[in-house]
Amino acid sequence: MVPPSWTPEQPLVRLRNVHKAFGANVVLGGVTFDVMKGDVICIIGPSGAGKSTLLRCINALVPIDRGSILVEGQEVNDQKLDKLALRRKVGMVFQQYNLFPHRTALENIMMAPIHVLKRERGEVEARARALMRKVRLEGKETSYPGELSGGQQQRVAIARSLAMQPDLMLFDEVTAALDPETVKEVLVAIRELAEEGMTCMIVTHEMGFAREIADEIYFTDRGVVIEHGPPAEFFANCRDPRTRQFLSQVL
Amino acid sequence: MIAARGATLPVLKPFRLSGAPSSSPGRFKLRHGALLVVAFCLAVGVGQAEAGPAAPSIIATILKWTPLLAQGFALDVAMSFLAMAIGTIAGVGVGLGLISLRAPVRGGSWLVTQCFRNSPWLVLLFYCMLLMPFELHIAGATVPLPDWAKATLGLSLPVMANVAELVRGAVRSIPFGQWEASEALAFTRGQTLRMVILPQCVKRMTPPWMNLYAILTVATPLTSVVGVSESMTLAGDVLSSEGRTELLVPIYLYLLLWFFIYCYPIALATRALERRFQVR
Repeated sequence: MVPPSWTPEQPLVRLRNVHKAFGANVVLGGVTFDVMKGDVICIIGPSGAGKSTLLRCINALVPIDRGSILVEGQEVNDQKLDKLALRRKVGMVFQQYNLFPHRTALENIMMAPIHVLKRERGEVEARARALMRKVRLEGKETSYPGELSGGQQQRVAIARSLAMQPDLMLFDEVTAALDPETVKEVLVAIRELAEEGMTCMIVTHEMGFAREIADEIYFTDRGVVIEHGPPAEFFANCRDPRTRQFLSQVL
Repeated sequence: MIAARGATLPVLKPFRLSGAPSSSPGRFKLRHGALLVVAFCLAVGVGQAEAGPAAPSIIATILKWTPLLAQGFALDVAMSFLAMAIGTIAGVGVGLGLISLRAPVRGGSWLVTQCFRNSPWLVLLFYCMLLMPFELHIAGATVPLPDWAKATLGLSLPVMANVAELVRGAVRSIPFGQWEASEALAFTRGQTLRMVILPQCVKRMTPPWMNLYAILTVATPLTSVVGVSESMTLAGDVLSSEGRTELLVPIYLYLLLWFFIYCYPIALATRALERRFQVR
């Protein structure tokens, strides 16, 4: 296999005309945009607009029908793709946390580095403890997911993804299942991550958060990007009536 | 908040839907055991009255034969243990075949499961007894295959099929997000099954698995039909050697009591485990 020649000046993620349909239901109808290294982009839009599917296509959880997705120069829409190699570089956090309920918080974070990256246990544990501190969950190392609040679980899930030292983080409506009072602690964790220069693609319904954190906001509806722009510009003078209607409903 | 001070706020008390079952049906309860004891005492009394005052006491006769019956019962327990062990190991294998990504493996496992799950246990027993040789020749050595061993294998077949279904059902009951999260962390399918899915299945499978064991235990006397000298067969032998019809009802009730005493703690433990796993 030819090693993809990718340099940090090129887009980290390059989407070109991405199509995906589930049966007759077209979820992505030709999505095209770039994400540069260190960028934080937020994808907003009504339910069923294909936002979550788009994220799942990037780490090959969902195969695409047509088009091209390059992650660090590597084509994702390729039969011969080494999916595991791709997923080692791309972290993902889910709406429902999806922690492993039979393992403690610390073990949840340690499993993948030990068994997938084959790192040495002592080193992994030290890093996992550091990550627990980073997401402000010191002292919860031996708690099981069932003993943690939604916000705490989601922060463990973020730490679990970070333990793989990914180049890109995907956040799929990570606060949508949380109680309002715990939303903030999760958003703070993501913001700190973004400030450290992590490349993030965030699907969210938190408009205030998107405005504050994003370098670029993409508004999608029915599988296509309607319009995009830096937050200040996007929220102040969006042009498309669908964007206006959506914003008037959520703001 | 201020408006609510002093006023009684409505509170939703725990409630039960009228259609919902109040407790798990079909399980042994202690009152079933008490009924059994009462029935046994009645049967002994009636039998004694039938026999007349001159006949030897029924209780004494039963006690005299108890060591022999205990031997038979021990064989029942041993066969059920072995059949459960063999059936579980094979059943986990077949169950993993049922969720295989390869269609031929899945199809084959499905066929095996359906065949052995939907056949009467007695039919499977007869097949094993009649189709298997009485001894095996392995590399020049001759290994005898006694009746009880063949019967044990016969019993392990339906256990295998039921365990396979348990495995499949348990794997399917794990939320899809667990698979997705494991995949996103670059686990292979094997790693996902071994480290994420199956450990969670063990917990879910334990109560129905123990239930299956209780069913198997009470099914082991079926092997008496194919000539294994377990407790039922021995009870029949006792009856024919004593030649007293009034023993018939008490001795089988006595045996029933033994099975109850063995299975009741299993039922209790199963229920306790189910309750514990439900909470978390």
